[in-house]
Amino acid sequence: MAKPELKLVPTANEASDSYESATPSQAEMPFAVVQGEPITQLPRDLYIPPQALEVFLEAFEGPLDLLLYLIRRQNLDILDIPLADITKQYMNYIELMQELQLELAGEYMLMAATLAEIKSRMLLPRSTDPTAEEADPRADLVRRLQEYERYKQAAETIDRMPREERDTWPASAEVDVRRPASTLPTVTLQEMIVAFRDVVARAAMFGHLHVQRERLSVRARMTDVLAAVEGGGFVEFLRLFEAEEGRMGVTVTFIAILELVREGLIDLVQTETYGPLHVRAAQAPRLRLVDGVSPVDTGPVENDEEIR
Amino acid sequence: MSEHHIRNVLEAAMLAAGKPMSAAELAQLFDEDGRPDKAAITTALDELVALYADRAIELKETASGWRIQVRANYAREIGRLWPERPQKYSRALLETLALIAYRQPITRAEIESVRGVAVNPNIVKTLMEREWVRVVGHRDVPGHPELLGTTKTFLDYFGLRSLEEMPPLAELKAMADLNPQLDLPVADEPALLAVPAEAVDVAEGVEATEAVEATEAVEALDAKA
Repeated sequence: MAKPELKLVPTANEASDSYESATPSQAEMPFAVVQGEPITQLPRDLYIPPQALEVFLEAFEGPLDLLLYLIRRQNLDILDIPLADITKQYMNYIELMQELQLELAGEYMLMAATLAEIKSRMLLPRSTDPTAEEADPRADLVRRLQEYERYKQAAETIDRMPREERDTWPASAEVDVRRPASTLPTVTLQEMIVAFRDVVARAAMFGHLHVQRERLSVRARMTDVLAAVEGGGFVEFLRLFEAEEGRMGVTVTFIAILELVREGLIDLVQTETYGPLHVRAAQAPRLRLVDGVSPVDTGPVENDEEIR
Repeated sequence: MSEHHIRNVLEAAMLAAGKPMSAAELAQLFDEDGRPDKAAITTALDELVALYADRAIELKETASGWRIQVRANYAREIGRLWPERPQKYSRALLETLALIAYRQPITRAEIESVRGVAVNPNIVKTLMEREWVRVVGHRDVPGHPELLGTTKTFLDYFGLRSLEEMPPLAELKAMADLNPQLDLPVADEPALLAVPAEAVDVAEGVEATEAVEATEAVEALDAKA
């Protein structure tokens, strides 16, 4: 990822001024070439709006990234950082950030302290004891910078790796959705009927029954029975009933017959035990039923004389 | 069953499945009697690779299995099929992902120590939502921090069969010639300061015991680095 090619003036200046002559000088990479002249510094009077700087600083992934940038910008070897110089540059950035009152992440301050500490340790005389394990004060920082750069590069590599949705797409083809995956069992008519019966049974539970009293009058039915036996002939008992009328209808007829018998208007006749019953109009006044005796139990005509 | 038929079934399955298919899954598609063995499946897949040589599609094996995909050569044109640009990932996300991929299992604290900045929780959340990263365990230290690792989905997405296919990390160079004034006790042992490969070469010429010492020292240095 390319860094915005912004150079901070004081930084670049002091870098070249304070650079120790012991280190081979490495020229800063020009950020522009104007009429053949490489330009390494922005004009001093160039105004950098704070927002731009903010964006610029946000481009860094933390203090290690900023340090790496400062080192790489000048083509310096990460293994041999001119610490005094880099520290100064780093501090310039930090000061700028503070001047602009940017919210400075704690990590940046920590790094500033670390740099200052390493710098001071570099100035201290070394121990003359040859057995003392003394490492370069920069060693830890160098290791961290290297380690970070390693994964920074790895991140760039990952970003370049061909990936789905950007570089490649899985190929696919439409499949005809009619899938005769499983063979269906044959359904017999019986099974259908059984199933339907269940349906009907279940449906019946949800059915509504409208109960209504049939307007049947026993009086009217008595008239009908009398009309049926009119003429004096015997009429079979069962014929007086009309099954189509339903339970209610036949009950009304039965009550009407009982009533007629009680009132002595008809006679019930049975010719033999378990034989069919017959009804005829009462042969009054010769016939009279004894109270307490059920009309149905009335015996044949022959016995009438004895009862009396 | 003809080889031609096997090859066509595999091709059809990979086009229809909508996900990578492993060789075992592909074999399962055939009737039990006369199911092609592993070698026959491999042969058929190799044939498809050869068949696609001149085509815009290619056969690719990723962690989850085989899939047919559009060759990356046509990404520029094919990308225009969709008005929205493919998602760009921030450097922070990619660096975090790189650390998880190369250093897994890794804790957030370890990521922070390398990157020098706090891990943005949203980044880890995004990586988990994409199913590239998951919690693979907990480190047995106070607080039991989560250990993060990458998933098969991550490998599939980047067209990798395994983590071994990740490009190698840049080699770490040892700090040679740190400071001329520094009188390091190891200064007379140049092998220790050289890069590992060279160090081993040099060590070969030295006596056996010394060679072992040198190699160990180099390893220690490497580990430390």
